Amino acid sequence: MQATHRIVDPATAPGEGPSAEPAIVPAIDVIEDESGITLLADVPGVAKEDLGIRVEADTLTLEAPIRLGEPPQTRAAHAEVRVGRYQRSFTLSRELDPARIEAALSDGVLRLRIPKLEEARPRRIEVRAA
Amino acid sequence: MYASLMRSSGDLLADFDDLQRRVAQLFDAPRWPASIRAVSRGAFPPVNVGATPEAIEVYAFAPGIDPTKVDVSVDRGLLTIAGERKADIPAPGSKASVYARERFTGPFRRVINLPEDSDPTAVSATYRDGVLRVVVPKREASKPRRIDIK
Repeated sequence: MQATHRIVDPATAPGEGPSAEPAIVPAIDVIEDESGITLLADVPGVAKEDLGIRVEADTLTLEAPIRLGEPPQTRAAHAEVRVGRYQRSFTLSRELDPARIEAALSDGVLRLRIPKLEEARPRRIEVRAA
Repeated sequence: MYASLMRSSGDLLADFDDLQRRVAQLFDAPRWPASIRAVSRGAFPPVNVGATPEAIEVYAFAPGIDPTKVDVSVDRGLLTIAGERKADIPAPGSKASVYARERFTGPFRRVINLPEDSDPTAVSATYRDGVLRVVVPKREASKPRRIDIK
C-alpha cells in the first residue's frame, strides 16, 4: 500500500498560521529597488477593515475575505470567482525589515512596501589614504 | 517551464495554483460547442453573474482601474465591459528589479449575454474596492407578481 504523501507548508504548523480553508491566491507583482521591496497584490472585493497582514518569524501572510455586498436573494448564474477569500504567504529574506512594513489598499490593489534593514542597504566604502 | 523558475521558493500556494492552471488548460478546450462568446478561465476581469427577482447583478473583479475610463454598454442583449489597466511597474533601465509580474496589464473586454427579460434602459454601475458592479433591472412585466383570486 502506498503511503499518502502530505506536503506541509512550513507556515502552517498545526494550531497557528494561515488557515487551510480554500482560498484564492491573489496575483502579485514584486519589485525590488535599493531601499526595499514593493509588492502589489490584486485583491478585488476586499475592504480595508477586513484585510489581514501578518508577519510570523520570517513569513509574511496576506489574508482577506471577499465582501461583495450582494442583495440577500441573489441566485448565482455564472461564477468565475467561486471562493470567498484570498490568502498568500511569502518568506522574507533577512535583509528586510518587517517591523517597518507599510501597507495601502486602494480600489482592490494592495501595495506593500517592505524596507531593507539600514545596515543591509548598499553603501559606498570610503577608502582613506593610509 | 521557465516561469516556474522565477517563483520565489517557499510559496507553496502559488505553486499549486500554477499547477492547477496548467492542468486546467489541458481540460479547458471544450469538446462540445460552447457559447461563441465564452472565454477560457483566466480572462481579466473574472466575472460573476447573479439574479434577484428584480435584476441581473454582474460583478467584474477589476482592481486598479480608472472607473471614469471604463466603457460599460448594453447593445441588443449583450453587456460589454471594456477598458485598460496600465502597468504599474518601473521602466526598464531604472535601478529596480522585477521579480514577479503576475498581474494583468493591458486592454480588456468582457461580453455577457443578458437574458430576454432585462431592461437595458435602466442599467447602473458602481465601482468599489476594485469590483465593478453592474445592475440590469428586469422588465416590469416579467417580474414575478401575485395574482389575487377574487
